[in-house]
Amino acid sequence: MQKRTFPILAIALLVSSAASTKAGRFTAVSAATGNVEGVISFTGTPPKMKPIDMAKEPTCAKQHATPVMTEAVGVRPGNTLEDVVVYVSAGDMGPPATKTVIYDQKGCQYIPHVAALEVNEPMEIQNHDQTSHNIHPMAKANPEWNKSQPPGSPPLKVTYEKAEFIPVKCNVHPWMHGYFAVLGTSHYSVSDDDGKFSLKGLAPGKYTLTAWQEKFGTQTAEVTVTSGGTAKANFTFKATPY
Amino acid sequence: MILGTLDKKFLCNLSVVLCFAAASALPAQESHVGTLTGHAASGKKEYRRYCVGCHGQDGDGLGENAQWIDPKPRDFTAAVFKCRSTPTGTLPTDDDLEHSIHRGFVTTNMPSWLPLTGQTRADLVAYIKTFSPRWSQGHGAPIDVPAETPATVESMLRGRALFQKMECWKCHGPAGHGDGPSASTLTDSKDNPIRPYNFATGTRFKCGETNQDLYRVFMTGLDGTPMPSFADNLKPVEAWDLVHFLRTLQPAKTPEALAWKTWVKSHPTLAPIGPEAQ
Repeated sequence: MQKRTFPILAIALLVSSAASTKAGRFTAVSAATGNVEGVISFTGTPPKMKPIDMAKEPTCAKQHATPVMTEAVGVRPGNTLEDVVVYVSAGDMGPPATKTVIYDQKGCQYIPHVAALEVNEPMEIQNHDQTSHNIHPMAKANPEWNKSQPPGSPPLKVTYEKAEFIPVKCNVHPWMHGYFAVLGTSHYSVSDDDGKFSLKGLAPGKYTLTAWQEKFGTQTAEVTVTSGGTAKANFTFKATPY
Repeated sequence: MILGTLDKKFLCNLSVVLCFAAASALPAQESHVGTLTGHAASGKKEYRRYCVGCHGQDGDGLGENAQWIDPKPRDFTAAVFKCRSTPTGTLPTDDDLEHSIHRGFVTTNMPSWLPLTGQTRADLVAYIKTFSPRWSQGHGAPIDVPAETPATVESMLRGRALFQKMECWKCHGPAGHGDGPSASTLTDSKDNPIRPYNFATGTRFKCGETNQDLYRVFMTGLDGTPMPSFADNLKPVEAWDLVHFLRTLQPAKTPEALAWKTWVKSHPTLAPIGPEAQ
């Protein structure tokens, strides 16, 4: 190698590494893995959720014996919090996710309210209602698109290239609100109606977990995963004064 | 670094690397409109003369006039555009942007900029593209608009059935007056209230006035607004049927409109559009 080509290669490397900032990702050497579990809780008086009036869409209204409530803050009996996304924000991001995430529209609601998926992980959006919906994910880092999905049409297949928390709405049915949590990792879990989350198959090591709630923002916790062990991490979100 | 013995070959290699880095980091500085090539540097001067009052010096739609006008001026930093020939979620072509500038947006504060030269408009397009890094990915592929089918009453009737089935009436209203059940709750992507198009206002609309323009409106969707794309749900021949029906909702005095009016008068049992028909 000539004396002069080395500095040029060094500059080229610097420039190209400055242009791309991908989070560290490496495959685990050891086959043994561990888990992380926990509960998300809420302290203080939770904001009141409101009943949704679906009178303008009778085909959906009749599917609910009692009106459904808005889902922005899902506090359940025992003061646990539903629909919180817990994911690895530092540490081994895991192998790329390959399963298809399903996002459904049923009874004029998004099921699930918050769907977590990895960048480039396939998602299928389905419409099981008797009315048309338009799917309008209000992305900013990713392209914003808006597509109509009449009843009986095939599922919409989508992927996203950038990590982003994307609010989703239907313009025809203004009460419909959901989220796509597009993450840089395949290690994610959305808390269930008992507030429980579970991350499985993590390579042993240190991790930073982030918990995201659509109204209360994010919190982090450090955990250490051991081979065959289950680390515990709990999160508590507090009521805000207004 | 070997500063003492810099020679031509080394400097040449170094400048190539740095130029490449610079080019890939900056968005496109040129536009191609018809046979014209626009340049962002010239466009910047024209922008500061004609556009900055509404669109703002940072291209974010927050010019000093913006607070007084509705709909709000386009925010170029978001790189989301209504009037395109390209699919939803993709960027418009340079021609699409130039058409928006020279046509203006009827019923809004965006005038027609026909008095400017074509070169000036091309330069403005090039400058607008510098407001967002998304342009480095290039624009979408324009959709195919096949030849228009004949505007017969049968075509209009099929279009009417689609207006019912695709539930256009939920926003646009059964007669297309922008008064459907969901109309009052619509907001655009900046959470500003927005009204669906009222077909009774005339034969022009924000994204044009021809049948091809109308075809593109619902086959590409108006990004940044509640209007979705129906490209996945309509075949081209169905889309043309819908165009022919939509024209009957407008106050046009064309032979086709007359044929439709005559037909409707002689068929009073035609089921009305709306929830009862579902």
